Formats: sequence, C-alpha cells, structure tokens
Amino acid sequence: MKKLILFVPLMIFLGMGFFLYKGLFLNPKVLESALEGKLVPYFELEQLEQSDKVITNKDLIGKVAMLNVWGTWCPACKYEHPYLMVLARNKQIPIYGINYRDERDMALEELKLQGNPYEINIFDKDGRLGLDLGVYGAPESFLIDHQGIVRYRFAGPIDQRIWADTLYPIVKTLQEQAVKDGAS
Amino acid sequence: MIRTMLIALCLFISAIASTYVQATPVDTFAFSSAEKQKRALSLAHELRCPQCQNQNLIDSNSPVAKDLRLQVYQMVEAGKGDDEIVEFMTSRYGDFVLYKPKLDPKTYVLWIGPFVLLLFGLIIGFVFVRKQRIVNNSQVELTEADQQELAALLKQDKD
Repeated sequence: MKKLILFVPLMIFLGMGFFLYKGLFLNPKVLESALEGKLVPYFELEQLEQSDKVITNKDLIGKVAMLNVWGTWCPACKYEHPYLMVLARNKQIPIYGINYRDERDMALEELKLQGNPYEINIFDKDGRLGLDLGVYGAPESFLIDHQGIVRYRFAGPIDQRIWADTLYPIVKTLQEQAVKDGAS
Repeated sequence: MIRTMLIALCLFISAIASTYVQATPVDTFAFSSAEKQKRALSLAHELRCPQCQNQNLIDSNSPVAKDLRLQVYQMVEAGKGDDEIVEFMTSRYGDFVLYKPKLDPKTYVLWIGPFVLLLFGLIIGFVFVRKQRIVNNSQVELTEADQQELAALLKQDKD
C-alpha cells in the first residue's frame, strides 16, 4: 500500500502527458459551435442577385441543406469554390450562399466568372447574419436539417477529403431522417 | 535654465507617450456617459477575439473583433447588463470567447484540478517527512559484536 503511493506522481505525470500529447494534434482553430442543435437565427436580408427580393430564415427550412459563408475577399473561398461546383452539379445537397461582408457587384462578377453553385444567395453586407451564426472567418459551412436546425458547423474550405470523411456521413444521416419524417 | 528645459521636454515626451498608450486601435464610439464607456471597455478587454484567439476584442484588428467590439458598445449603451452581453457572445461563439471560463461540469478539471494536485503534493510531502522523522528518531541499537567491530575499525583508522 505504502509502495503504491510512491507511484501516484508518476500516474499523474503519465495522465497529464497523455492529454498534453493529444493536445498537440488538436487544431486550435476549430471552435465548437454554440449554434449546433439550435434553429438558424432569425434574419431578413436581400437576395444577392435581386435587391428587392427579401430572404428570411423561413426560406431555408424544408430541406437538408448547407449554408456556405463566402466572400470575394477570401482566398480560401476561391480554393473551395470548384468543389462546391462539383457538389452542386452532382446535386449532393442544396447549397445556400451567404455572401458575407462583400460588395454586391464584385460578388456577382465572381459568380459569373467562376460559376454559381448556390440555390439561394443571401447578401449579408454588414455581417449581421454572420454575427448571429457565430462566424469568425470565411469560408464556413453549416449543415442544417429539414427543420432548419443547425446540425454541424465546419470552418475552413471544403474539399473532396473533408466532404467524404466529415460532411457526407452527417448529410446522409440527416437526409435519412428527413425521409423518415416525410420531408424531401 | 537648461535643466528646466530638459524637464519640460521630458514631460512633453511622456505626455505624448501616454496619449499613444491610451489610443484605441481603429474605431471611435460616442458613449453617453464615462461610466458606460468604462464598463464597455472593460468588457471588451475580457472577451476574446474568436478569429485571432490570443487577443481580446480591444487589441485585435480583425473584422470580427471590430464587429463584436461595436456590439458590446451598443449593448452597453442600450443599457444591457454585463451578464446579458456575455450571454449574447457565448450563445454565438461558445465559451471560447471567455478568458475566464464559467464553472460547469466541463470546466471542473480546470478550476479544481490545481487544488487537487496541490493536495496530492501536500499529502505525499507529509507522508515522506513523517517517514524520515521516524527513521531519524529511532535509536540504533548496537550489539556487543557491532561495538567491537566499530572499535577495531576506529583503531585501524588511527594507525
């Protein structure tokens, strides 16, 4: 018994070492999302293409979809764009764009040149929706279910690997759930 | 004469330096009272920028920090309480924005861990000290044979 107590510091050391070692491989840029499990926050914003058309949070409800925060000022969004085009072409999931802190003309020009993967594009000029979503950079993507509840948030550009390993399994579960509930 | 000039120069330089130190980075915001300003600034100092991670909202130049700073100012100006503002931030950006995490089951290790470690250290230290004292205090009994051997050794040493 008395001998055992001598090993306590070693145990503590090993325990701490284990967690610190694991910590080396965590990405500090990945923040937990406070929004997961909550409804997409209320908003009323202009559509990017048509300034007289108003889009609200209700327009996003009904389908399993992906919200994608982007801007022409964001280099990682340019990197991500071709893959979003692939997703749109293959009709994997409807993508709703949130054009974040951008200039309308530049954003439209960009979509004309690079292609438009978005079903709806929301023009969040002053970043208010971004603020409510807890966006701290771009690109960021949110998976929402058919009830409009945010299920997953991914910060950073989506590519083949991220989609296959991380996002698609979640999308699949959400879509199955939606079918079960009788939504499309 | 030269001395007074030097002193004046020093005062002048320190005055300039202190205005630099107090300058806030980019934006200006008109508060209705000095008390509100003080509260808003201290709140913005306590909240962490989600983008740049190791800076608070005041120090950071990132657009997000600027937005959040403004949000804090506006909420203070609108008469919201500190708790309400912190809740606003954590409901969007998570507990991450707090430099001082809340006490809840997820952060127990963080808050209580150091005290547990200290307690462990004290217990172990106590056990060791006690053990050593017992060893020191116990008289070593020498047998007749030991005495003779000791005497022989001492004698050897002298020779």
